[in-house]
Parts: sequence; C-alpha cells; structure tokens
Amino acid sequence: MQPLLSQACWDTLYMVGWSTLIAVLAGLPLGVLLVLTDRGGLVQNTVVNKVIGQVVNIVRSMPFIILMVALMSFTRWIVGTTIGREAAIVPLAVGAIPFFARLVETSVREVDGGLVEAVQSMGGNTWTVVRKVLVPESLPSLISATTTTVVAIIGYSAMAGTVGAGGLGDLAIRYGYQRFESELMWLIVAVLAVVIAVIQFAGDSGARVLHRRAGKGGEPLRFRVLAGFLPGGPVGATPTKTR
Amino acid sequence: MHPCPAHTHALHSTVTETPVITTTGLTKVYRSRGREVIALDGVDLHVREGEVYGVIGQSGAGKSSLIRCVNLLERPTSGTVTVAGQDLTALAGRGPRAGKELRQARSGIGMVFQHFNLLSSRTVQDNIELPLEILGVSGRERSRKALELLDLVGLSDKAKAYPAQLSGGQKQRVGIARALAGDPKVLLSDEATSALDPETTRSILQLLRDLNRQLGLTVLLITHEMDVVKSICDSAALMEKGRIVESGTVSELLATPGSELASALFPVSGDASGEDRTVIDVTFHGEAATQPVVSQLARTYNIDISILGAAMDTVGGKQVGRMRIELPGRYEDNVVPIGFLREQGLQIDVLGQEPVLVGEGAK
Repeated sequence: MQPLLSQACWDTLYMVGWSTLIAVLAGLPLGVLLVLTDRGGLVQNTVVNKVIGQVVNIVRSMPFIILMVALMSFTRWIVGTTIGREAAIVPLAVGAIPFFARLVETSVREVDGGLVEAVQSMGGNTWTVVRKVLVPESLPSLISATTTTVVAIIGYSAMAGTVGAGGLGDLAIRYGYQRFESELMWLIVAVLAVVIAVIQFAGDSGARVLHRRAGKGGEPLRFRVLAGFLPGGPVGATPTKTR
Repeated sequence: MHPCPAHTHALHSTVTETPVITTTGLTKVYRSRGREVIALDGVDLHVREGEVYGVIGQSGAGKSSLIRCVNLLERPTSGTVTVAGQDLTALAGRGPRAGKELRQARSGIGMVFQHFNLLSSRTVQDNIELPLEILGVSGRERSRKALELLDLVGLSDKAKAYPAQLSGGQKQRVGIARALAGDPKVLLSDEATSALDPETTRSILQLLRDLNRQLGLTVLLITHEMDVVKSICDSAALMEKGRIVESGTVSELLATPGSELASALFPVSGDASGEDRTVIDVTFHGEAATQPVVSQLARTYNIDISILGAAMDTVGGKQVGRMRIELPGRYEDNVVPIGFLREQGLQIDVLGQEPVLVGEGAK
C-alpha cells in the first residue's frame, strides 16, 4: 500500500507541477493581453479582445474529462502519446490556462490607473508599463490566483486516471471505489486535504507578505508571518488591499 | 494676510522671457455614448522659462485636461502644444499610442500627481530610479542619482522604505524626486498638494519654490486652492468652463480692472463708516508701490484717511496688493485727491461709483 500511495502522490505532484508551470507561463500574458486590448486599454483592439475572450470562455465551459478526450490528437502531436503522465499534462495545462488567464485579468484590472499614467509620463512604453507596473503591482493577487489554479488542477488531475496517468485520484477510484478498500480511499482523501492545505497556506503567506509591504508598514515582515501560526490569529489576518 | 516666506527667499526669480510651454487653440472634446463634453475650448497658454505658473479653477473647469494635454497623456482634439521648442502634437502622430519621439520628449517633462502614484511594490529609492530605468541609465548611476535626489527633497533616510510606510507629505516628496530624475526642464504638478494638510501643503510648496529657484525649473501647476497660487506663483490663469478667462503675472492681474483673480488673491473688505464717506480701493502694482502714497495724500490734502482693509505682498522686491481706504466727504468732494492717487500710477476703484467686481474669493 505504501509504495502505491507514494507513487500516486509523486504522479499527482508531477502532473500538477508541470501543468501549473505551463498554465502560469501562458495564462499570464493572455490575462494581461485581455486587459490591454479591452476598451480603453493601452493597446485597445476589440477584435483580438473578443477572440481571446471567446476562446477562453469556450475552453472554460468544457468539462475537463471531455476536454481531455477532445484534445487527444493534439496531445499525441505534442508528446507523442495519449497515455500516461505526460499525456495528462497537456489537457491539464490547456484547461488551466484560460482559468488562470481570467484570474490574471481580474488582478491586473485592479492596478491603479494613476500608476500607469505615471510611467507613461516618464516616457515608458506599453511593455514598460506591463513589466514595471501591471505585473509587480498585482503580484500579491497573482500569487493568490496561482494558488487557486493549483488547487483546481489537483481537482482536474483526479480525472487523469482515465488516460492511465496514475495519481491520487486514480488510486482512490481503482482501489477505494472499485475494490471497496475504503481505508485506502480515506487515506487518499486525507493526503489530498493535507496537500491542498499546505499549498493554500504557502500561497496565502506569500500573498500576505507582499500585501503587507504594499499596505501598512510597521512590524517587521518575518514576525508577522510567524504570527500567522500562533493561536488567536494574526492581527488583520485577511489580506487587505490598501488604496 | 499672512506673510509668505517664499517671497522673501534669498534666491531671486529665475523668470526669463523665453516661452517654455505654449499651447495654441487647445481643444479637447470627450465623446461618450453620443454625448459631447467640451473640456477645453481653445486654450492659449504661455508659460515662460523659470516661472511658476498656476492654473486655478473649480473642478470641472478643465484644468486637469489642460495639464494632461501638455505632456499628451490626453490627446487634444485640436490645437498645438509646444514644450521647450518641441511641437509635441506633431510628434504624437495620429495613432493612439505614444511613439518613440513623444516618449523621449515626455521623459524631459516631470509630473507630480495628487495621489502620488508611487509603485507600492518598490522601495522609495527604486521608485525614484524608475524613470532612469526607462531612460536606460546604468545601475550604479541610477542609485547615485536617486540618493542625490532623495537628499534634495530631504528624505535621505527613507531610501529603503516602502511608500506605504511614509506620510502623505513624504510620499509627495518622493513623487517630486521621481519627477526630477530625468533632469526635466519643466515640472507639471497636477493638484500636488490637494491631498495634503495645510502644514504639509506649505512645506511641499516651499520645496517646489526652492527647486524652481535653485534649478531654474519651470513649474506649471493646477490647483483649486487660491493659497497655492498666492504662495508660489509668478503668474496665474483662471479657468472657467474650458476657457482661460484671465491670465498674466501677479502684477499684471492686479492692474486689470475687475480681475477676479486679483480680488481673490488680494481680498479686501470693509464698509463705509458713515454717510458722508468715500471708500476707494487702491491697487498697488509696479513702481508707485514703493512710495508712501497714503501719507503723501494725507499731508498734501490735509485729510484723515482710515484704512479699512489691506492685502499686500512683496513680489520681486516690489509691493503689490490692494488697500481699501476711506476718505471723508462724498465722492464729489474727493475728486482731487483721487486724481492725485491716479497720477501716482495707482489704480483706483471707487466703491459705489464704478462697477467694481468683488470676487467670491474673499474667504
């Protein structure tokens, strides 16, 4: 049971890790582009905006298991096979890109327009605005968005068992459901809960540190993060946006 | 009125006759959902090199559109903008995006904002280095310049702090330092003190004045506070409904009969103490202001003069301002003394005789 579980754990992390990386790398520019090309944006372009928006909506509206099947030939073209961990990464990433892109869009939209203007008044171009303002200023929020995406991908990855990718979800179905080994299933549920709690905590702490810096100063950061562990909760534990 | 430290500053005015900012026929029309809003309606602005020029007006008068048109953050619908001899409207081209030349020109124009617009993710020093990064200055040179500017605005100890740890006044000092990083000839100030308390406002205005004097920096500022114009401006313009209704140097404005700006800058009040009295407003501008005219008047005509109110200031070593005085007897009895005052080169407005506009600024 032990080797089964650790192998499944590793498979899940492998799939989730790679697809998160791809989703962030592709979703970030896509989300920024959605903001830039929107009406009143820096490179307003209604056609591009509508096309990206529609593609994002279509992919997001597709149930993951259908997406996985629909993308089979694409997956084969990319990784040479439709079975196994690598084959699962492709649909996972494709499904997560639009998800993350929408979250990025929301985060970037919240950046104060005055900052964009300030950089423009210094002679900065659109690329400068993206690099020096939009991304760094929305970083705490982008970290939260990444956390949400990772958790969503972990959920999707349970379905990856259908293409023989293994992972915790697959194990739970084959042993827990089909072989009535409830103990193993509950164990997997516990492992998943712990994994998600750890990821959420790491993401929240990261976002909180950056939020604090951008928010009210005062206590040193390290102390504040530590305070999050203490019973009774830290002062102002919920990340708050200033301005 | 309270004395203004800025005017008694050791350094002298740096104003020359060279125009630095010129706008001609500047018009801005906003169109939204079929409705048209005219924000600027043919604005001609002339700002001379080395002066502090204040544009004052109520919200919605078009001040903000005007200053944002000067560095083309806002594209004017028509008209031209020339800054330091460069026609920015020509550089801008037709597209909505700023081309290379316009961006280069912008880097020579500093701008400070009402809400500071500092990047919260960067330290104070990194904020000041931002325009230098855009200019492609090397890392070592950037930090040298940033620290020098921090010293200039009196925040040397805050280099590693984040904007969130600073007070409003400190933030604006950082904003000013950042605006100066590219060694601009012109500084645009978009309501820079409107979010600050009176005490901080004074210190920021003092800083702007010092920078103007020390660096020969031309400052164009917009504000809705008369005090700002009063304490640091060499020239001022009043905007109403997208138009400049009055403009000129402070003494030119004073010389303009019925000038709303002048009466707001130098408010005088006081009513006649009895029936047989003549109340006149004496406006001092230029040479006559150095002579003790009131006592001359009293001696020459042997009349008792009461001063009802006065608002005087010293600009460039000359006294400018207004004084409301009361002479005994009706207007008919005082034609000769009033003629004497006019001969001295003073502007005289007799209350109740001629149309005298008293602005609402006498608050």
